[in-house]
Amino acid sequence: MATRIELNVDGKAHTIEADPDMPLLYALRDDLGLKNPRFGCGLAQCGACTVWINGEPVRSCITSVEQVGTGKVTTLAGIGKDGKPHKLQESYIAEQVPQCGYCLNGWIMTGAALLEHTPKPTDAQIRDAMAGIKCRCGTHVSILRAVKRAAQA
Amino acid sequence: MTININRRSLLAGAGALTISVVLPGSQARAAIFGADKRPELKPENLSTYITLNADGSCTAYWGKMDMGQGTDVGVCQMIAEELDLPVERVELLQGDTATSINMGGASGSTGVQQGGKAMRSAAAEARYQLVELGAKQLGIPADQLTVTNGVVHSKADPSKKISYGELIGGRYFDTQLTWNKQIGNALFVEGKGKPKAVADYKVVGTSPPRRDVAEKVLGTADYIVDIKVPGMVHARMVMPPVVGAEPVSIDEASVKDIPGVQIVRIKEFLAVAAPKEWDAIKASRQLKVKWSDVKSPFPEQKKLYEHIRSAKPVKREDGKDVGNVDEAFKNAARVVEATYEWPFQSHAGMGPACAVVDYKPDGITTVWTPTQKPHFGRDGVANILGLPQEKVRGIYAHGSGSYGRNDSGDAAAAAALVAKALGKPVRMQFMRSEGTGWDPKGPASVHTARAAVDKDGNVTGWHFESKGFSRLDVNSNESEPAHTLAGQQAGAALKYEAAFGVPEESYGFPAKRKAFEVVAPLVDRSSPVRTSHLRDPVGPQIHFASESFIDELAFSLKMDPVEFRLKNLKDPRDLAVVKAAAEKAGWQPRTDARKQMRGDVALGQGISFAQRSGSRCAIVAEVEVNRVTGKVWGRKFTVGHECGIIINPKLLTQTIEGNIVQGTSRSLWEEATFSQDTITSIDWLTYPILDMTEAPETIDVVLIDRKDLPPNGAGECSMRPIAAAIANAIYDATGIRLRQAPFTPDRVKAGFV
Repeated sequence: MATRIELNVDGKAHTIEADPDMPLLYALRDDLGLKNPRFGCGLAQCGACTVWINGEPVRSCITSVEQVGTGKVTTLAGIGKDGKPHKLQESYIAEQVPQCGYCLNGWIMTGAALLEHTPKPTDAQIRDAMAGIKCRCGTHVSILRAVKRAAQA
Repeated sequence: MTININRRSLLAGAGALTISVVLPGSQARAAIFGADKRPELKPENLSTYITLNADGSCTAYWGKMDMGQGTDVGVCQMIAEELDLPVERVELLQGDTATSINMGGASGSTGVQQGGKAMRSAAAEARYQLVELGAKQLGIPADQLTVTNGVVHSKADPSKKISYGELIGGRYFDTQLTWNKQIGNALFVEGKGKPKAVADYKVVGTSPPRRDVAEKVLGTADYIVDIKVPGMVHARMVMPPVVGAEPVSIDEASVKDIPGVQIVRIKEFLAVAAPKEWDAIKASRQLKVKWSDVKSPFPEQKKLYEHIRSAKPVKREDGKDVGNVDEAFKNAARVVEATYEWPFQSHAGMGPACAVVDYKPDGITTVWTPTQKPHFGRDGVANILGLPQEKVRGIYAHGSGSYGRNDSGDAAAAAALVAKALGKPVRMQFMRSEGTGWDPKGPASVHTARAAVDKDGNVTGWHFESKGFSRLDVNSNESEPAHTLAGQQAGAALKYEAAFGVPEESYGFPAKRKAFEVVAPLVDRSSPVRTSHLRDPVGPQIHFASESFIDELAFSLKMDPVEFRLKNLKDPRDLAVVKAAAEKAGWQPRTDARKQMRGDVALGQGISFAQRSGSRCAIVAEVEVNRVTGKVWGRKFTVGHECGIIINPKLLTQTIEGNIVQGTSRSLWEEATFSQDTITSIDWLTYPILDMTEAPETIDVVLIDRKDLPPNGAGECSMRPIAAAIANAIYDATGIRLRQAPFTPDRVKAGFV
């Protein structure tokens, strides 16, 4: 049954009526009209729906709105600070990483979180952190360049 | 001067380009040049392609598509070059049937090669007209004028000048072009203005950046999944458990607890719709359906290649023999022969397809679609809705990549069927199992290669045959119901074209024969393994076989594979890419597998080469094969690439990098699987693609810039030789010759026994 659910997304408070077991992805897209996390698989196999909850990347396609609780949700549009893009976003632009870009939420949200924990990651650490995120256009080598560029920024 | 270009209204479809101009003397000029309204969208009108705005910038309208590789930037460069404008001042609008004509959409790497060429010709005519007009305005003969940054001026006295904006800005060319009467890829137009000499190029050959990157990275871009229209419902498909089954009864009560659910059933086609997206998904899972009993339609997966070999061909195509092939094999001292196999493969886009149809039976219906062919997509939706084409507008919206005829056209057709049934706007989105399971597939095939060798070890004959499913069970455009899954489910009979291909090469063997046979589809309609174009249609499978065989042949003659290719390839352009890749990679000559080891890891290097529609590519792959796990890592790739004159080297390099990774994925992992009832590769676990942990360490691209040749397509050529380069490298590392793709750990390990 639909219940009243409060969500904090990109610093704004929202209230929606939804099934508690509805995945967060649909609350963000359908109820709040946001557009960044995208449906890729609904199975936590690809990363296209990734958002942060309290700064940690999660797959919003399998995270129910109930599980979010009071957690602070951040989307790709909300990871910059002081009106400036995140440095990983800047390095993605400099390296012209994406082709279609449909997968970007997974790569950038995960990559930016990696840089928080591990500011100077090795090649192997970057690859391991990104394991399981999919990119079908094959931009992997550009992604590696961009993460390394951001780590040096 | 004030300018107000209301681009949003143009894109949103409310009306035409709104431009208000206040310019001294403009009314006087208006009386003598141009039209105040954009002339009708006809191929012969210059205004169909090129418009100059009041600020002197150019807006161009393109009937082809960029799908994220920057083809649009390349075309802007070609236009800017002819107009003598900075490239930033050229805007290219694409993918809207209301503003551009059908130039074929994205198709066969023809964006620059054909679409760019037509736009260049139109831009050259625009410059010609502007200089002629400038001559009248300035009272100086045209041959004494030139153009710098959009300003027409006297060569002798640059202070005598007039800008494009002052000449025509905000008005429209009413110039007519000569048109070759071909709609689609081949469309070409010409006027009196001729494109400039390559020696004068300033913009072509530089690397201005893509225009869609920042909005995608910052999260401000609109994708197809973000399109919303008032009153829209969300729709999802309900697919049969056995391919070909139809709903016998539908238990509507099974979804009655879900608010606003509606069910649409037309023959095999079954969909649900609801105002809320999650409700539509729940309904698609919860709906109880009794399906008809149908015979299991597929052979056992392990008998797929046996099926292809034994199936009666529906078409055979023999190429023209070189020399006397039968004689060569009759007189051979020995014959080298091998066969190769390639599976069905999926587009497996990051997001399953989505489309929005804003159905207005009494007005203009709009379809938003991420298809690479929005004009054909529009035609397909009009067809399903029973509306004339001019009552339907097709608009491209970013999707999840496009590597050919993917599932986008199927989503648009399905959305149209639901919209027509419900009489309201519909957003149809497929689920993962449909995106991977039910998209059109690249065809499975078997290939046989033979070579006749004389007593002195010379190759005297070469015979290459392919036999497989067609590459076109459904057409690569979705303009008819028969060419969409939804259309077939709703009753349209399959209209397939039997098509395959042959190797593209210049081997100078004295006798050569190339042929193919096509076998019938496994199911006569609504098949999850119906085929259509997947990046470089049939190129990877054919050249996996032909170029693996060249290595086998070289080794059987105790020759180095690079030396063999350099000895036998005849086209200097082919030789150039092979040399470039081999030299840059530091090729190590060998006459058999070297089997170098580092602990449990076998190290190998392999080469492969192919032409594609005039472009050439050679690839040296360096692999590491883990002898314990059987896993192959494509560690380094060195690419020699030549596609005529290069428009944008950076974006070309990144396009090649993308192909190397996607091609490695297809070579190592990708195989659509099925039970005898239905498709079983339906997500990223059952249809794995290359993971970041397996991405190459280095992709070294050597671009050969042939400024003396026209620009040729580059979107697919580098996809073609990858599989053979990897297979040849695995052989060098291990001595194992893999003749069946993909080269999964199990298959590699099986070779070690």
